[in-house]
Amino acid sequence: MSMSTTWIVVIAVGIATIAIKALGPVLLGGRPLPPRLAGPIALLAPALLAALVAINTFGADRQLVLDARVPGVAAAAVAIWLKAPVLVVIIVAAAVTAVVRAVAG
Amino acid sequence: MSEPARERDHRDGARAVAPLAIAVLGFGASYGVLARAAGMGVLAPIVMSATTFAGSAQFAAASILGTGGATVSAITAAILLNARYAPIGVSVAPYLTGGFWSRFLHAQLTVDETWAVAAEGEGRFNPKVLLGAGLILYAAWVLGTILGVAFGDVIGDPANWGLDAAFPALFLALLVPQLKDRKTLEAALLGAAIALALTPFVPAGVPIIAASAACLLGLRETPPATPHPGTTP
Repeated sequence: MSMSTTWIVVIAVGIATIAIKALGPVLLGGRPLPPRLAGPIALLAPALLAALVAINTFGADRQLVLDARVPGVAAAAVAIWLKAPVLVVIIVAAAVTAVVRAVAG
Repeated sequence: MSEPARERDHRDGARAVAPLAIAVLGFGASYGVLARAAGMGVLAPIVMSATTFAGSAQFAAASILGTGGATVSAITAAILLNARYAPIGVSVAPYLTGGFWSRFLHAQLTVDETWAVAAEGEGRFNPKVLLGAGLILYAAWVLGTILGVAFGDVIGDPANWGLDAAFPALFLALLVPQLKDRKTLEAALLGAAIALALTPFVPAGVPIIAASAACLLGLRETPPATPHPGTTP
């Protein structure tokens, strides 16, 4: 791969990402959303967060897999249920996943 | 969720993502290592982290380039992975009340983790928390990338430390307090189901964008009159 190919990708992805991120805030910033959109926007966070949990727990390169992340996230769920602080939840998830991975090889 | 005793500010945002900053530093370093191994050189990966600032898209682009994939495939994959930032940007927009550059800066720092910690339920977002969290994660990501390209494989695979489980754990910890009513729970379950169902069939990134369609459940009834963001104390 040539260096110019690398820079084409870096510049194109950079400009596209900056533009995608800026779109909403720059065009709509500071103005209340139309009332019709308030209902859907209120549900965007739970819908996307749940999707991010699911994909980051089970997703791997266009497949669904059960690996050491699953017990880690399950342990995190228990910690959340026990009202542990977020820091503890994250440490529990990483530690359980690391141990399961080390044991399972 | 119980009403917070006081309004959250920048420091609360920084504190909220601090535990994750270590994971982000580790993944930044592994991105630096991977990008260099893929033949991207030293400067390009650092520039990409500083401008694109989106982990999954950068990993995808580097691995496609490293395996000899087409330039167009690398660009398309990265853009698809980042397309979710369009609806995410729209959701925070009403709360970004500053001038052009202020809104632009906040927008660039709006990534999954910072957006999630800045969410205050019922579609409200705290721009100060977003900024504080964003600056910490941005510094961790760029610094991690520099460490990765400069020193190579010092920490090994972040997966050995279980750091890949840190991200879904954070998202779950931020999701659970929002599940206060039936409609929110339905949107969350539908979003997860859409994402999982599509994963085997479409390129990475598309399942997450498609999952945002679950928020259309909110169209079913007229929303309660929510106060304008400017009117809260």
